[in-house]
Amino acid sequence: MGMNRRDFLKTSAAVAAAGAVGITVPEEAKAAAAAGEAGWRWDKAPCRFCGTGCGIMLATENGKIVAVKGDPAAPVNRGLNCIKGYFNAKIMYGADRLKVPLMRLNDKGEFDKNGKFRPVSWKRAFDEMEKQIKRALNASGPEGVAVFGSGQYTIMEGYAAQKMMKGGFRSNAIDPNARHCMASAVVGFYQTFGIDEPSGCYDDIELTDTIVAWGSNMAEMHPILWSRVTDRKLSDPERVKVVNLQTYTHRSCDLSDFNIIFAPQTDLAIWNYIAHEIVYNHPEAIDWDFVKKHIVFAVGPRNIGYGMRRAGEKALKEGLYSEKEMEIIKKEMAKTISEKEGPALEPYGVKAGDVMKMNPGTLAHWLISFEEYKKSLEPYTLDYVAKIAKGDPNESLESFKKKLKMLADLYIEKDRKVVSFWTMGMNQHTRGTWVNTLSYNVHFLLNKQAKPGNGAFSLTGQPSACGTAREVGTFCHRLPADLMVKNPKHRAIVEKKWQIPAGTLNPVGNQHIVKIHRDIEDGVVKFAWVNVCNPYQDTANANHWIKAARKMKDFFLVTSDGYPGISAMVSDLVLPSAMIYEKWGAYGNAERRTQHWRQQVLPVGDAMSDTWQWVELSKRFTVNDLWGPYTLRNGKKLPDVRKDAEKLGYKPDTTMYEILFANDRAKKYKIDLNAFPQKGYDNSECLGDSRNVVGSDGKVFKGYGFMIHQYLWEEYAWFGRGHGHDLADFVTYHKVRGLKWPVVNGKETPWRFNVKYDPYAAKANPGGDFAFYGPLAKKLFSGNLLKPDKSKGKTPIPNKAKIFARPYMDPPEMPDKEYDTWLCTGRVLEHWHSGTMTMRVPELYRAVPEALCYMNPKDAKAKGVKRGDLVWVESRRGKVKARVETHGRNRPPQGLVFVPWFDEKVFINKVTLDATCPMSKQTDYKKCAVKIYKA
Amino acid sequence: MSHEAKKKTPISERRRFFTDLAHHAGLGVMGVLLWAGYAQKAKSSPLTLRPPAALEEADFLKACIKCGLCAEACVNRPQNIDKETGRPRPGTLKMARAQDNVTIGTPFFKPREVPCYMCEDTPCAVACPTNALDLKKVTNPQTGELDFKMMDMGLAVVDPNSCIAFWGIQCDACYRACPLMDEAIRLEYDRNPRTGKHAFLKPVVDMNACTGCGLCEKACVTEKAAIFVLPREIALGKPGAHYVKGWDKKDQQRVQERVGKDVTTHDERSKENPMDYLNKGLEF
Repeated sequence: MGMNRRDFLKTSAAVAAAGAVGITVPEEAKAAAAAGEAGWRWDKAPCRFCGTGCGIMLATENGKIVAVKGDPAAPVNRGLNCIKGYFNAKIMYGADRLKVPLMRLNDKGEFDKNGKFRPVSWKRAFDEMEKQIKRALNASGPEGVAVFGSGQYTIMEGYAAQKMMKGGFRSNAIDPNARHCMASAVVGFYQTFGIDEPSGCYDDIELTDTIVAWGSNMAEMHPILWSRVTDRKLSDPERVKVVNLQTYTHRSCDLSDFNIIFAPQTDLAIWNYIAHEIVYNHPEAIDWDFVKKHIVFAVGPRNIGYGMRRAGEKALKEGLYSEKEMEIIKKEMAKTISEKEGPALEPYGVKAGDVMKMNPGTLAHWLISFEEYKKSLEPYTLDYVAKIAKGDPNESLESFKKKLKMLADLYIEKDRKVVSFWTMGMNQHTRGTWVNTLSYNVHFLLNKQAKPGNGAFSLTGQPSACGTAREVGTFCHRLPADLMVKNPKHRAIVEKKWQIPAGTLNPVGNQHIVKIHRDIEDGVVKFAWVNVCNPYQDTANANHWIKAARKMKDFFLVTSDGYPGISAMVSDLVLPSAMIYEKWGAYGNAERRTQHWRQQVLPVGDAMSDTWQWVELSKRFTVNDLWGPYTLRNGKKLPDVRKDAEKLGYKPDTTMYEILFANDRAKKYKIDLNAFPQKGYDNSECLGDSRNVVGSDGKVFKGYGFMIHQYLWEEYAWFGRGHGHDLADFVTYHKVRGLKWPVVNGKETPWRFNVKYDPYAAKANPGGDFAFYGPLAKKLFSGNLLKPDKSKGKTPIPNKAKIFARPYMDPPEMPDKEYDTWLCTGRVLEHWHSGTMTMRVPELYRAVPEALCYMNPKDAKAKGVKRGDLVWVESRRGKVKARVETHGRNRPPQGLVFVPWFDEKVFINKVTLDATCPMSKQTDYKKCAVKIYKA
Repeated sequence: MSHEAKKKTPISERRRFFTDLAHHAGLGVMGVLLWAGYAQKAKSSPLTLRPPAALEEADFLKACIKCGLCAEACVNRPQNIDKETGRPRPGTLKMARAQDNVTIGTPFFKPREVPCYMCEDTPCAVACPTNALDLKKVTNPQTGELDFKMMDMGLAVVDPNSCIAFWGIQCDACYRACPLMDEAIRLEYDRNPRTGKHAFLKPVVDMNACTGCGLCEKACVTEKAAIFVLPREIALGKPGAHYVKGWDKKDQQRVQERVGKDVTTHDERSKENPMDYLNKGLEF
């Protein structure tokens, strides 16, 4: 296929193209579009869906969005869209939109955990939330109040939620679904660069000669970027090479020069093989000048477990996990090293047959010499790696070896530019942090990173995983702009800016999204609120969490959403949320591009934005309610800060609304309906609107009276300015098609850490070429592969990036006699995540109405099932019925099945394993063992 | 391969060209049908799609006894059981009623409603008591096994004006829905000079591999499907059998169909006996 395609491409190559980079934004780009056709008003916005961040234009007429077009001025997509983007105009208008709050009530009208959902007023809803939160705080302290946040929050929503949770409730138990999406990429960035987010940008596609996609079906998951990759291939089919590496053949494989089907988890070995090839067989390819100036070598512990539950946890003691489940969970405590991973661990003093005692995951690492790093690579010969990594039993070892060698040669080839892309294959991985850092190793050794057309680039799944989850820091361990809750200096910066007493912020941030579910099961979290996500469909091993949500009598769950889904169904209270274009907002995409939009239409029914919901909730809590002393479960004390609050001018009954949201700083951001960008646009939070929604106090909501969106934006942006995260001001973003931060002196930054393009690098290394200036973990002990030598003290490593020695290790669950097949989950182009929006677009529903079980025809035959038959897909944790497809878009090798997760009727997360990368806490949805049999 | 040879003669790689042609031809016929539909002895529309393994239309109509066993087998096949309700979903095959513009009582299907899922065991044909649906047509003569790739219900054609992939939208829902992805529907890559950095990924139907199952038509996200199945004889033109593409080794196979046929050509100019012609003489 690949070869034929190449011939074909050759003939198409003659078509000339405009120089892709440096095209100036045309006049039509102006945000305030000229008067539209047929009385329509056109205005810009980003697409609702993935992390690509395409620009669209929305047409409104009579208060409804009636049409959408790709924004020709948007640099990412130049007027194009994928089919999800094509249907943006329809996503908000499904017939079953939630329009009023719904609560489980008994016949007397009281809240009842076993009651039926019935409509209630916003006031009644907030009354119950207030009561339940106070009860939870009383029972468990701040650790008892949790939020399932989102990479689809607008930046302002995420910031408001974070402020109330961390500043108000003093709880760090807010963690986004983005944890499931790119946490491993984040820890990879922190470990390697000391600062989050990619060095490159999408222009790398037009500038590179080689695109290698690792565990990333870009054609379906990032279609507009894939069309750019395709165009780059067409522009020079001989020179430009495209390679796809993954565990099954998929839609993106059609364009490749060659595809590598590897055994699950062995991407670790393949990256190390490429490094081995460089270090042992092509040492001349190492750019020693670059490496000596800018790189250090490092290593960390290997016995870090798999992020599963650990012995001693309440649910394990109570026997809530079956014997079958415990077969896997026991590896969290100790594991016998397999023949497969043995050789890879030998440089670390461990061999096959040894029992490795596991400690909880740690981010600790220390410096080593290049010689030690070289030693760690010794096992990764072509023979060893080919043997463990070949993923298709029907491919010959020789053919597989040849491809591995071709891949290494492409990276190594002098003057060949290479971009490595990856998405969930490398992030959803029990060694996700490791494999992320391994990608940079190869690029660094060759000096092919942070340069136009060169670099390893993590593609983001969600529209604002970067913009909100990461940059705002709606993670349990983060604060805005790379600040960390455990760092006292960072907490002090935030407390000062928020004007809350010193010591208010909680220093313990460990309740990541899977931990929140486990804490509910263990009875610690008593109140949880779902914002812009669907955690009861999207979390692995779902049976446990659903059972906990419904069975724990004193647990109260609230879901805010536009449509009813699984999370709403297991909730006690459901709140109707305004959807994307029904509110002002901003998203940040995968190339650090921040994009704002205005409220286009009024929300449906009585729906209100999540920002409004948070701000209204803040009115219910006072200094006295929240800022007294607490003892956390690890014994740590949170001080009583009420006295200090008085010194700041607050009274015991001052509300969090007055402190965090409607303070004097906020009120300076005025409503001005006569000026851009507010002129002519609705603003339901600030002004109320013609629906006259009866609000949280039982009166018609008339608005806050100040420009809260701008306040939240500017206060948040302050944290990054001057620290390598600079964002432009609110009004500027309404005039442009997004800007890639850091935005310094009005100029965006295409390539970070490169002195030519990044003013921060230029400042850190005047006259030099690079500066990896990220501040995190820049003072380390030194040692060897086995352990650090703490006697000699720490070495500062300013402006340096790290190459890590990290071995191949097996995942915790692998196919065996009974559960003989790998299960991999993922998405399809037609549907977004759990299908909450896209399953309501009739055309997309018709195109892909149900999730299928993609299977190799030989496996189907061996199991006595035919295409279209229903089968059970069963693991140690649960089972689900799905229809077999043997000829579809995904073609697994023998021994692996692929089932997408969008379809709540094929609830595949009942089957998946809640093992995570122990460092990033990101779940591995790509690997668990199942058996398949006819239903 | 044998089933490729079976599927009529290849004409041209430029699918797009005759797509328009077929589309217009189809619309023309449709007008006539409005009347035919009311005739008591309803004749099938030439756009009728028959079950897999159906004989040529004339032979099929002679053989079909309108018993409905094929449609019953279709709706009741285990793969058609709804996993929620445990009851059958609507089947692909329907028995024609008066308003269907299909000979009353004969089986047909409409892909936009329910496409043919190309069951590996072809239960409709197995159920047929008269061989109007002939298993031989879907049996690989070499292996003697059923082969769904040999099914031939029609041919998918793309309307490039309304297909959003031809606008540059990254759609290709039809391509991904195709059970013979990369065989029956392939993507044609073209650069998009307007944007300077994106590519068109256009669906192209391979007439040899397409079975006409209609999963593409069902999946198409445009309001009215921009890819749709037509009976092969409606969808395809037919180039002359006297010229072999010199650059295509396989093309001779197509032309070999004429072997044994009279090669004499007839037209207005040649209809006269040469002697009669010559003896007419010229006026001068």
